[in-house]
Amino acid sequence: MNIPTIFIILLAVIALWIVVIYNGLIRMRNRMKEALSDIDVQAKRRYDLIPNLIETVKGFAKQESSVLENVTKARTEAMNTSGTPLEKAGAENQFTSTLKSLFAVSENYPDLKSNTNFLELQRELSDTENKMMASRRFYNNTVKDLNTKIEVFPTNIFAKMFGFQNAPFFEVTEASEKEPVKVQF
Amino acid sequence: MASLYTHRDSNIRKTWLIFTLFLLIIIGVGYFFGLVYQDPLIVIFAAGFAIISSVTSYWYSDKIVIKMAGGIPVTANSNRELYTLVENLSITAGLPMPKLYIVNEDHLNAFATGRDPQHAAIAVTSGLLANLTKPELEGVLAHELSHIGNRDILVSTVVVVLVGFVAILSDLFLRSLYFRGGRNRSSNDGKGAGILLLLGLIFAILTPIAGTIMQLAISRKREFLADASGALLTRYPEGLASALEKIGLDKTPMKRANNSTAHLWIDDPFNGLKKTPFLHKLFLTHPPIQERIKALRN
Repeated sequence: MNIPTIFIILLAVIALWIVVIYNGLIRMRNRMKEALSDIDVQAKRRYDLIPNLIETVKGFAKQESSVLENVTKARTEAMNTSGTPLEKAGAENQFTSTLKSLFAVSENYPDLKSNTNFLELQRELSDTENKMMASRRFYNNTVKDLNTKIEVFPTNIFAKMFGFQNAPFFEVTEASEKEPVKVQF
Repeated sequence: MASLYTHRDSNIRKTWLIFTLFLLIIIGVGYFFGLVYQDPLIVIFAAGFAIISSVTSYWYSDKIVIKMAGGIPVTANSNRELYTLVENLSITAGLPMPKLYIVNEDHLNAFATGRDPQHAAIAVTSGLLANLTKPELEGVLAHELSHIGNRDILVSTVVVVLVGFVAILSDLFLRSLYFRGGRNRSSNDGKGAGILLLLGLIFAILTPIAGTIMQLAISRKREFLADASGALLTRYPEGLASALEKIGLDKTPMKRANNSTAHLWIDDPFNGLKKTPFLHKLFLTHPPIQERIKALRN
């Protein structure tokens, strides 16, 4: 084998190696994006549960109209906030806290508390909240994998070349969000 | 997580290796049979048998395993708490929702099966549901989900079917040798047949040992790995640790304990018995539960 042939083979190997790295990065970024959109799915599921809940509560606790209004308003605002689930986190957290005050108020209405429809909705909502947490954690996992890949040597050289950027983590901003939601029956 | 991905790749590679080994052994045995009986048809038969059983074990092993254990399917309506628990854990793990089964046994145990996450199933015993608290159950389910994510389920379920076939085959071989030995006395091929018989005996002894090695090759270490990645999912290692403690103390015998499926369960189903059956000692696939608890608590 002469020197040019060896040189060409070496070049081909390096090119192949770069292709593998690039494809790996793309795969990880897509996995992260998919995880991000999964958070939205859970948020939508929560929006869909609210009208039903409002109707049920109205039937037993008409006088709590301000609390109900707050929930409806926070829901509309969260729904209308555009952007990624990360940018919507603030509105979603606001929405969560109004829901919490609704459930706190409902403690004062024994008939409401024992209503099967209400109990069912309460269970569904807490399940959806758990699912939102779960999907956020999965997203954070994919972000961790992607960021690690982007930062470690030698991938970092090519990641910079191809314009890959670190993705942001989903952080629990509100202090109350860090505590587990207590649902009393 | 990086180590888990490489573990998954090695599991997929291992499955192909097992298939190749299986095909070679069965066709080799068939070839040997062909020599003994001077009939080339046997080789073709063995090859067909090996290919059919490989295909069966790849496509249907999960259903066979669930049938063997006697699992009853669980839906969102029939057991809501269990269903949502698994659903939330699979979202955290980024896996599709597996099928769920309950096995009616008082013994505390659980297993996962299937060829890939899209065709996975988790089964738990009714005893486990009755005796564990929610965080403990969550720990066990996370452990099983990690087996799915790691593709441990692919190797182990394929092995169930293949080891089953090898066991049947070596059994057949031993019997046929016995009968042939009787007939052989009247014929006069003398020495040649004697050597072949000896080789045959070696084969018949080797096949179950090969099956055992296959089972050992796939287990032990991966239980620790699934414990660790399961704890990573729940962020609460104590849940799985105390669940394992309860499982370890459980002395209820399992009615359907089976050598070829023992390695699938979270803990050895033969633990309930006072004395480990002799043959089962060949199939010990689980690390001592005390070591696993210790690893989780550190």
